[in-house]
Amino acid sequence: MSAAYAVLLVDSTSHAIRIEKALVRAGIACRLIPVPRQLSSDCGVCVRVRQEDSAAAQELAAAAGVKIAGFRLLS
Amino acid sequence: MNPTDLIYLDNAATSWPKPPEVAQAMLHSMQQVGANPGRSGHRLSIEAARIVYEAREAVAALFHAPDPLRVVFTANVTQALNLALHGWLRPGDHVVTSGMEHNAVMRPLRALEANGVQVSVVPCSAQGLLDPADVQAALRPNTALVVLNHASNVCGTLLPVGEVGQIARRRGIPFVVDAAQTGGAFPLDMQALGIDMLAFTGHKSMLGPMGTGGLVLGPGVDVERLAPQWQGGTGSRSESEKQPIALPDKYESGTSNAVGIAGLGAAVRWVMAQGVDTIRAHEVALCQQMLDGLLAISGVQVYGPHDAARQTATVSFNIIGMTPSDVGLRLDDEYGVLCRVGLHCAPAAHRTLGTFPGGVVRFGLGVFNTSEQVAAAVAAVSALAREVRP
Ligand SMILES: Cc1ncc(COP(=O)(O)O)c(C=O)c1O
Repeated sequence: MSAAYAVLLVDSTSHAIRIEKALVRAGIACRLIPVPRQLSSDCGVCVRVRQEDSAAAQELAAAAGVKIAGFRLLS
Repeated sequence: MNPTDLIYLDNAATSWPKPPEVAQAMLHSMQQVGANPGRSGHRLSIEAARIVYEAREAVAALFHAPDPLRVVFTANVTQALNLALHGWLRPGDHVVTSGMEHNAVMRPLRALEANGVQVSVVPCSAQGLLDPADVQAALRPNTALVVLNHASNVCGTLLPVGEVGQIARRRGIPFVVDAAQTGGAFPLDMQALGIDMLAFTGHKSMLGPMGTGGLVLGPGVDVERLAPQWQGGTGSRSESEKQPIALPDKYESGTSNAVGIAGLGAAVRWVMAQGVDTIRAHEVALCQQMLDGLLAISGVQVYGPHDAARQTATVSFNIIGMTPSDVGLRLDDEYGVLCRVGLHCAPAAHRTLGTFPGGVVRFGLGVFNTSEQVAAAVAAVSALAREVRP
């Protein structure tokens, strides 16, 4: 069974790295991946997390002072 | 002569040697990471971006800046100052600076002046000391910026950035500091000192490689007003042909010097592990030894405050009756003492000190210099001075 994922879209790769650090510190598994083409025309990176972690991930990103440019579930 | 036998006293131009961790980090970046930081989504690109981000964190920590995303990397402090000055000032604005500035400040200001910016240069004493009250008196209703060298690259004199920061803050005027000579060698707390934009260079007392530097933006800086000086790709928002507004991307178009920044990060972490206070104490001791040694030689004139506590570990002097260029050449050839002579890209500061256009001999001490090296350099100057003494 493959996990269900969600992604946090950001405005800068530096923002993605900052979120990654906050999530790693909190023990939430995540991976920076290229933004899936169907989600956004932005060709940068985004932060992928498991769907069950997505609320916590968004909170941690906000607490880290990063504005989330978008949130999407991956089908 | 083996390079390690030389007495390198040109740290005010570029520090050398560096902590071994710096070259190791650069080699790791070249050999193990390689990719373009953050431009692509693969693991090496992301690892490169992580290394750059961690260097931002290190720089922010060094200067007590709250937000690593407001650390903008540039190739050196000159670019950082150009960004701050050209990015902030508009025709009709007034800017205040001192008589001890490097051309990295004066040339952009003179160019801006030609485009309708009013420039006031507050004079300093013959030791390079600035009275904060004179800065206060120079402010006008349209003063949009105060820019100050933290320490003179010519004679080491520390300028009163804390006092000037308070004056600027009371009037709501952003305060830019050129920390080229003090970053890593002198405790620098942007928030406590009231610095809004701190420009640094990686290759001097921060002990990093050449080709690194940046502008640290305090939380109060209005980034809508601060205009980027170059536009282009950032790896983000590529669908748009407009420059992004997110920091640090807004000011960092073009592939960054990831190898150099890896080295800078390692350097700053090394500096913080030693402790800036420990480094400063070592340099104060060396500087006082150098001052005492040179001041005791008859026929030698020493510039600046003659007090290690009031300056960086940069000591400038002349041997009366010998040109600085001759002194520099003979120190190099006969004693293996490497220094910098001349005007040091700072004609304004030399006018203040009364050493324009002849220049001076500058010994720039650094964290890796030793007391034995200082003694040897003093002995070399003493021997040269004896030759020309009447
Ligand atoms: C006070 C000061 N400002 C600016 C600079 C310019 O530094 P860079 O060449 O790294 O831009 C220097 C050093 O040369 C300096 O000492």
